Amino acid sequence: MRPENQSRRSFIKGIIASGAVASTGGLMFISGCSDNSSIPASGSVERLISLNINGTVRRVDVLPNETLAMTLRNKLGLTGTKIACDRGECGACCVLLDGVSFNSCSMLSHSLTDKNITTIEGIASPAGELHPVQTAMIEELAPQCGFCTSGQVISAVALLDQNPNPTRDEARQAMAGNLCRCGAYDHYLNAVLRAAGEIA
Amino acid sequence: MADNNRPYNLVGKNFTPPDIRAKVTGRATYSEDYRADGMAYIKMLLSPMPHALVTNIDASAALAMEGVYGVMTADDVPSFPNPGEQILSNEPNFVGEPILAVAAVDETTASNALELITVEYEELPFVLDPMESLFPGGPDAYNGGNLVSALRAEEQDEVENIGVISHKWTARDFAAVADGQLPMGEPTMDWQFGDIDSAFEDAALVLDETFVTGCNSHHSMEPRSAFSYWENGKCFVHGSTQSQMFIVPALAGLVGVPPDQLVYISEFCGGGFGSKGGAYAVMAVPAHFSRLIGRPCMLRVTRAEEYYLGSARAGFQGRAKLGFNAEGKMTAADVYIVQQSGSKNPFSDYGSAGGMVALVYTPTNMRFRAIPIGTNTTPCGPQRGPGQNQMSAAMEPLMDKAAIALGIDPLEIRRINAPDHDALTGGERRQKVSSSYMLDALDMGAERFDWASKIARNGERNGSKVIGIGIGQGYHGAGISGFDGLLRIMPDGKVHIHSGVGNLGTYSYASTARVAAEVLGASWENCVVEHGDTRKHLPWTIGQFGSLTTFTMSRANYAAAMDAKQKLQEIAAMDLGGAPEDYDLANETVFRISDPELNISFAQAAQRAIELGGKFSGAQAPDDIFFLTQASVGGIAGTGLVGVARDNIPLNEHVAAMTASFAMVEVDVETGNYEILEYVSTADCGTIVHPLGLEGQVRGGAVMGIGMARSERQIYDPQNGLPGSVNLYQAKPPSYLDVPSIMDVAAVDKPDPNIPMGMKGVGEPPVGAAVGSIISAISNALGGHYFNRNPVTPDMIVNAVSGNEQSNSPLQIFTQ
Repeated sequence: MRPENQSRRSFIKGIIASGAVASTGGLMFISGCSDNSSIPASGSVERLISLNINGTVRRVDVLPNETLAMTLRNKLGLTGTKIACDRGECGACCVLLDGVSFNSCSMLSHSLTDKNITTIEGIASPAGELHPVQTAMIEELAPQCGFCTSGQVISAVALLDQNPNPTRDEARQAMAGNLCRCGAYDHYLNAVLRAAGEIA
Repeated sequence: MADNNRPYNLVGKNFTPPDIRAKVTGRATYSEDYRADGMAYIKMLLSPMPHALVTNIDASAALAMEGVYGVMTADDVPSFPNPGEQILSNEPNFVGEPILAVAAVDETTASNALELITVEYEELPFVLDPMESLFPGGPDAYNGGNLVSALRAEEQDEVENIGVISHKWTARDFAAVADGQLPMGEPTMDWQFGDIDSAFEDAALVLDETFVTGCNSHHSMEPRSAFSYWENGKCFVHGSTQSQMFIVPALAGLVGVPPDQLVYISEFCGGGFGSKGGAYAVMAVPAHFSRLIGRPCMLRVTRAEEYYLGSARAGFQGRAKLGFNAEGKMTAADVYIVQQSGSKNPFSDYGSAGGMVALVYTPTNMRFRAIPIGTNTTPCGPQRGPGQNQMSAAMEPLMDKAAIALGIDPLEIRRINAPDHDALTGGERRQKVSSSYMLDALDMGAERFDWASKIARNGERNGSKVIGIGIGQGYHGAGISGFDGLLRIMPDGKVHIHSGVGNLGTYSYASTARVAAEVLGASWENCVVEHGDTRKHLPWTIGQFGSLTTFTMSRANYAAAMDAKQKLQEIAAMDLGGAPEDYDLANETVFRISDPELNISFAQAAQRAIELGGKFSGAQAPDDIFFLTQASVGGIAGTGLVGVARDNIPLNEHVAAMTASFAMVEVDVETGNYEILEYVSTADCGTIVHPLGLEGQVRGGAVMGIGMARSERQIYDPQNGLPGSVNLYQAKPPSYLDVPSIMDVAAVDKPDPNIPMGMKGVGEPPVGAAVGSIISAISNALGGHYFNRNPVTPDMIVNAVSGNEQSNSPLQIFTQ
């Protein structure tokens, strides 16, 4: 789940350059951190970058080791993107990069200046008209606790963009990176297929 | 599930819950989504050892760092009686217990500051396995013992003696049993009915099985983050809890303020499953830190931290000796449970386990013994069907074993033993159930599953794949009484229904509010549900746990609505003549039954209530409502017509909900993997309140039960006590691909007599029914091989098929 121009190696190199690894303790208690300070960080990367988010160019001060999920939540006030595992296991933080669903917890904001980023806040129209996926999820009562829902919506929108008429099993495979502890999988799949019907 | 045919406008119909749009648009705010100017970020230092004493803390270098606002240790916060959860502790007894916290300008700075803090520990003996702790001279998980002393009979009357004691069995207890059998020393719980000894003598079949049920994490998608600040002496807490008002007294105690000085906001909760039912210690960390440094404080709990310090289902080491007569009736059950209780106060899973056996299988004679023993592992708390659902995993395959031995159909043996309306609970005082439609659920499920043709396929082999068919049953209590309902009709005619129950994601906070609207004859569009924030003047209500909401809150809301109805009728009689009972409600008016033209709108009546004051406007409130409800009534008094009442509707029976499940699996005997090809689950939940919400609960419960059956468990390094399942990929909750993509669910839809409209909660039994059915199906696919353990993992299946010894001994816990 990385942009095609960013290998795992370059992601790790970015982290190392930031010094984050050097300060990590022996135990894994200390993980991905929000950072909204003016305290200077090591590294020589330009901190003020432009990100194209939901059709608007946002100028934002970003540390070299900062993930997109942290930038969205802590710098840009876009808290609809949820962090549930912060290591690419659960899909709660999914956003669209040029229309493809990615885990925003596992990408460095610095590497995304040439991408069109769509978060959950950008899925409905600016006037508030819901995307067919969102409407279908309401009709199927798909969300329960709602914490994974942003990611489920994003992955469903990405799927239907690529494959407007998926089979149930294709939808199941495409959504498999989005965990839901409430176990609402059946209802989310019903919603994806219902939305596909609406779009088609 | 189609809308039903009852004479209700709202109950039994689907609706769009008021909070769901926020969930699909990302606008739902969970505790970690709040921000405030000048806020500080907290990181905690967690114990790296399973049991230790902190002997020295040197935080000077951290405090000198730029951007660090402070360090808070156990000395800065209240402590609670052993073995209760602590906010911060100098005597940690599990890996991950918070020792201290740092607040800083951001999380990176706080994390870096933690690196500069030196903590010295004195290591103490630790224990993971209750058997080891019960053995003479074995280590104790709590400081000073392994058992909560109040649980031991001789200590129960001595109030001063509350605390922990070291409880050991004798070497003779351990020597008295064969290898691999559960020893059965002195328990803390011991009850019986009938005469099991003669029942075993007369039995046509006796099974005696030792089993283990896994300890597994809750895995709520939202970790237990909290945000807090102080304003004008009041403490504001944004927390992640299943419950709203139920939290308030306990959280106020953790923070150290009277309940009326606490503002608690929990409009959304990103999953709890029992682990966030009540207030928990760590949510008070930001409140205390905020008071210390004078800034709003955010504690973002990470996924790994959630696994370390969150919560888990208690594991069991158990033994079940079961006697059956030739017809398949269970005539005797002798069950012993040793509960691996985790590091803090044990939850009552073990007691519920006995209740489950007594009620679901209705043995004519039964003895039940149990003891909960502390372990230096993640604190264990209630998890969706605590106790009952572990027993579904253990007992359902044994029902099949009995069926095969007696030559009875697996469905029939369950039908023979199914509880009816006269069934009694277990325990010292046996209580009749309010209703039980387990037989109906079994029959309905069997029909939908096409039982006869499916069971004929059991054992059918296709290459390396074998078909297995299984049935599971689940039960849980489903409602209590005595809580308050509160609503008000405003001068604009809107009905505001105040719900203090919480928002776990079941939508039952809203579906039970509809019961009030139903009584008032109000349209749902004209109703507003007030919830999620104590400033919204909420009534004292049960927390959102224990499958309790639907029954308990429907009754409370019914009581409040009946109070409002009475007041509307009195106002109409006052202004239009006649007696109150001459009037009825419809279309947001109170009208004269003999002449519907003679009516007053809700809006007019609300205005009149304000003028009349007294009980009508809430200026006077009933005496029997809880003090927090009194305060809430005071907050809205004079703004409209107030309906408020305690639920005093009689209830002298045990409210029970049941679920039956049917599964067809295809086991690959070469890889040990299996797929669930078909799954049917049928619930006895009384009257259906919200069809889609019910389907979501039954399916969601099935997913959780499938996790219990196939993958979820905690593991620990036996040498150092370090947890090994602290990420999702290690702890293994099911994904889309681990569960069937279509699950057929249905409900019996027969009303319970103990509530006006007949509804019962059913959040928990579907989990037990699922785990029981899957494990039974695997066993049946393998010709009746009993694993006596959950989860059943692929390596266990491969070992069983190839005749190899299992890699774990029969009583071993925390296995891979």
